[in-house]
Amino acid sequence: MTAETILNRAALLAAGLMLASCVTINIYFPAAAAEKAADRIIDEVWQLKDGTSPQVKQPEAAPGEAK
Amino acid sequence: MRTATFMIAALAAVAFALPQAAVGQANLEINTPAINALQRSMQQRHTQLAPLYSSGAVGFTRDGNVALRDAKAVPLAQRQQVNALIAAENQDRAALYREIARANGHPEWEPDIRATFAQRWISRAQPGWYYQNASGQWVRK
Repeated sequence: MTAETILNRAALLAAGLMLASCVTINIYFPAAAAEKAADRIIDEVWQLKDGTSPQVKQPEAAPGEAK
Repeated sequence: MRTATFMIAALAAVAFALPQAAVGQANLEINTPAINALQRSMQQRHTQLAPLYSSGAVGFTRDGNVALRDAKAVPLAQRQQVNALIAAENQDRAALYREIARANGHPEWEPDIRATFAQRWISRAQPGWYYQNASGQWVRK
């Protein structure tokens, strides 16, 4: 085994490790961004845009026996 | 030997450039037709669910769903309707979590998205609403 072969193998190993770490970093879950996204969707679904969240909606069109 | 050095340099460049791009994206994509449609559907259903949250009939589970907590809080005649409401809501929620993960190119994030939502639904819930704590017990906010 010549010195060049050994070096080439080492380079290949280094390249593999770098690729692996690169994939690992890319797969990391953006927890803060997900939380922000969840809050935006919850605002929409619960109609909380006007700040005062603990406001129970008046049943304007009384849902009543809506079947 | 030259080739090896060049290869390392090139890979190092790629390895540093990619995470940068990932970090640059501070927001998750939630503005797709599928996500918007689910949002609207859940928003409409919420007018029917809100009274059930207040009465304690329905509560928030720790896995990002809603569940029947107290069947006795619902008149017998309406129980079937409430169960259908819960099933439809959970179906939309599952689709929502899946669609957000997909829209961001990481379908494998779905459980993380679900866990994030589970925690946010509960912390944004109104006082008086019920949720499941870490050991699965119902707690009134």
